[in-house]
Amino acid sequence: MQWETVIGLEVHVQLATRSKIFSGASTAFGAEPNTQACAVDLGLPGVLPVLNEQAVAMAVQFGLAVHADITEVSIFDRKNYFYPDLPKGYQTSQMYHPIVGPGDVEITLDDGTTKRIRIHHAHLEEDAGKSLHEDFQGMTGIDLNRAGTPLLEIVSEPDMRNAKEAAAYLKAIHSIVTYLGISDGNMAEGSMRCDVNVSVRPKGQEAFGTRAEVKNVNSFRFVERAIAYEVERQIELIEDGGTVVQETRLFDPDRDETRSMRTKEEANDYRYFPCPDLLPVVLDQAYLDHLRNQLPELPADKRARFESELGLSAYDASVLSASREMAEFFEEVHQVCGDAKQAANWVQGELSGALNRESLSIQNSPVSARQLGELVSRVLDDTINGKAAKQVFQALWNGQGKHADDIIEAKGLKQVTDTGAIEAMIDQVIAESPAQVAQYRDSEPEKRGKMIGYFVGQVMKASRGTANPQQVNGVLKDKLDALL
Amino acid sequence: MHDKTVTQLAAALKSGELSSRELTSHFLQRIEKADGKLNSFITVTAEQALAKAEAADKARAAGNAEPLTGIPLALKDIFCTQGVKTSCGSKMLDNFIAPYDATVVEKLSAAGTISLGKTNMDEFAMGSSNENSYYGAVKNPWDLSAVPGGSSGGSAAAVAAGLIPAAMGTDTGGSIRQPAAFCGITGLKPTYGRVSRYGIIAYASSLDQAGPMARSAEDCAHLLNVIAGHDVRDSTSMARGVPDYTETLNAPLSGLKIGLPKEYFGDGLDPEVEKAVRDAVKVYESLGATVREVSLPHTHYAIPAYYVIAPAEASSNLSRYDGVRFGHRCDDPTDLIDLYTRSRAEGFGEEVKRRILIGTHTLSEGFFDAYYTKAQKVRRLIRQDFLDAFQEVDVLMGPASPTPAFDLGAKKDPVSMYLQDIYTIAVNLAGIPGISVPAGFAGGRPIGLQILGTHFAEAQLLNVAHQFQQATDWHLKLPAFAEENA
Repeated sequence: MQWETVIGLEVHVQLATRSKIFSGASTAFGAEPNTQACAVDLGLPGVLPVLNEQAVAMAVQFGLAVHADITEVSIFDRKNYFYPDLPKGYQTSQMYHPIVGPGDVEITLDDGTTKRIRIHHAHLEEDAGKSLHEDFQGMTGIDLNRAGTPLLEIVSEPDMRNAKEAAAYLKAIHSIVTYLGISDGNMAEGSMRCDVNVSVRPKGQEAFGTRAEVKNVNSFRFVERAIAYEVERQIELIEDGGTVVQETRLFDPDRDETRSMRTKEEANDYRYFPCPDLLPVVLDQAYLDHLRNQLPELPADKRARFESELGLSAYDASVLSASREMAEFFEEVHQVCGDAKQAANWVQGELSGALNRESLSIQNSPVSARQLGELVSRVLDDTINGKAAKQVFQALWNGQGKHADDIIEAKGLKQVTDTGAIEAMIDQVIAESPAQVAQYRDSEPEKRGKMIGYFVGQVMKASRGTANPQQVNGVLKDKLDALL
Repeated sequence: MHDKTVTQLAAALKSGELSSRELTSHFLQRIEKADGKLNSFITVTAEQALAKAEAADKARAAGNAEPLTGIPLALKDIFCTQGVKTSCGSKMLDNFIAPYDATVVEKLSAAGTISLGKTNMDEFAMGSSNENSYYGAVKNPWDLSAVPGGSSGGSAAAVAAGLIPAAMGTDTGGSIRQPAAFCGITGLKPTYGRVSRYGIIAYASSLDQAGPMARSAEDCAHLLNVIAGHDVRDSTSMARGVPDYTETLNAPLSGLKIGLPKEYFGDGLDPEVEKAVRDAVKVYESLGATVREVSLPHTHYAIPAYYVIAPAEASSNLSRYDGVRFGHRCDDPTDLIDLYTRSRAEGFGEEVKRRILIGTHTLSEGFFDAYYTKAQKVRRLIRQDFLDAFQEVDVLMGPASPTPAFDLGAKKDPVSMYLQDIYTIAVNLAGIPGISVPAGFAGGRPIGLQILGTHFAEAQLLNVAHQFQQATDWHLKLPAFAEENA
């Protein structure tokens, strides 16, 4: 039996507003428990919600970035259920008229092919507080700091067919929201959480199988693992004669498995109804146009431009456009030095290597884009050779100078290109290496190429690395051949 | 002093005839002496009141007095008052000290008024007789065997008995107008959105509105001046300027077009109430108004629509009372479900439970469309009825209630209690303003005339009510109780 996997993702993105979606309390991460929950967040008697316009703007920007219809009149609905981390006993969400309608996202797979994943809708809602089940002697601690944080819930159509596609979709969403600056996308901190809906069906069958929902998966890798486990579990279950139950499951990364969350209670009836404390959100064309004009260049467009206009390879374009910070860093380096390919090499190579070794993000790079751009310019104009450039980079990294030029000057790394000087150095080396010269003269012509390396090395040593290697090679060959 | 209106007392304070301290002490003494028989107060804040009175007198001496500086009043126990118990008439909030002031409370305080305490009410504003309070029933000062009406029964009784010159109430289906009628005082429900709901413990969010209850329309105008206006903390409050409601009180009435909805004069209306209302209308005719019959065809759907929508919203608004963060919590809960079920079973009274059940049912899957959606559609038709009527006439008039105040314990069947709201309830569904003014007596119990206007027509309503009170003296009458307990 051939099986097909069907996957849909619901991604909850915490929007990076300064205050909560319905109150003025702070959304800053990491505060002491219950210090960032005001009367409104606590659901005290008599309080009322007031909508944070920034959350609306961010939702709209997301919608525009995924080519979605923006709902002209959207409504907040109450989702009613009881849980200690839900102070009002209902969550204000959007059920019937979400702010963002159907849209789509293009994902790029490892083999370079692209696929269009449809978005069903995206809606605004408030986050609940946190329940902490450890450290409280068998009880549960409730931290309401998170209660009221704005969430954008992005619901995809079940268009994904394997874990790789799911991961690519998730990365694309992550890329868009970080590019727009509407979320820091920090999955470890809970700024982005994913519910994964997985089902299987026999290949060729049109009807979907019963799906299981794996809730709150908080890394790309765990999403792939959860899918892998689920698919195997469901197929085994069906092949053994069982049926898949529609249920909520949790992914346990330590055991690399999903487990059922189902309790004895029946499924909740949330009794959604329009929240009478909030007005309908009415958006006019002028507002949408204003936000559209403020959209930055989006990842897909940037990647395409890097390829077509800057001539970068698909791979390079993809890596450099992965995050807005990376792309803007690269663009500044390019702007300073003028050579896209060189800029790409240096950013992806030397810089990324150093950043990775010290676990730094590009925003915290000790070498700025301008500094790197200046360095690359000096390579391009032959002021220094590649080896010297690496030294200059290291020096910039260690804060030994503000500009490449200062370091080049201080360390005497300026490339020697003067032919006379090079000839003089070569003459010197030849004079000091009679044995090697003899060996060169006595060898077969085919073997001589390898021996040049020794002389080049000596010249580089004599010049303390500053001689232009290409020139040295050329002049050296001529001079050695002249001795034959 | 206790037979004086707010307007008269303000003048006396201004002229120096009285001090705020004298005034406040006087009413505090009356409350202490008489309220044992009425049970209109849940909390009396005597110390704070006297301190505020001193401060008011000082402010006046320094030339910093506002029009209402030093005027004592009371607040229905549904308004959050910082540092003061706010029970909403319920065991669920018997231990709740509000950590903040409602906007209305802030405004009244900034205007210099002095709260003497929190008045009794039907639990969570659900009731029409003030018999549903955890703190016991309130008595009607006109007849201690009668109900004062509800849910703002405490406020109405206290004003009628001269324990305070004015009080704030709230009105979701008639809870200011009906008790005002039963107690022979004037009560105004403003247009939905005219007054901020921030800090008012929510019952039905799309229907609740706060308003003044006092001895005269003029008093209500002064108080509305203070409490009306946009509040950024209440998204449903209107960003609309507040006129001076006292300025237009004396505008002449000639040419006023009055409509009498024929549906308000049908079966079930007590003949004495009808007579009093029709006599009142004749007074208006003598003042130059014209009268005609109009129709509000969907009137008989108002009660069913209300008793779907209000409980639905209430069932959601009351979910926060779960014993976790504040309010009543059961002893020794064994687990989460036990915590929830016992705290709520113990904390809520019968009527509150009844409405939560109704509301949960009407919102649930399979019933939502038939009940909730349908009721909202009917609501739109009811609203349209009023708008259509106001195309033909300026104001509508009718009885505030089908009967005068009934006896305590007389209405055991919830539905018969619900039917008490028949003339008031559609007004909240439509969001229009309404005022009840005293218009006579039947069997020694007051009768109220209800006057309705279109959205934001409070100035006209107050003018129309005030003119009636210039031509009649029903509103000046005091119950014997008020004099017996001097």
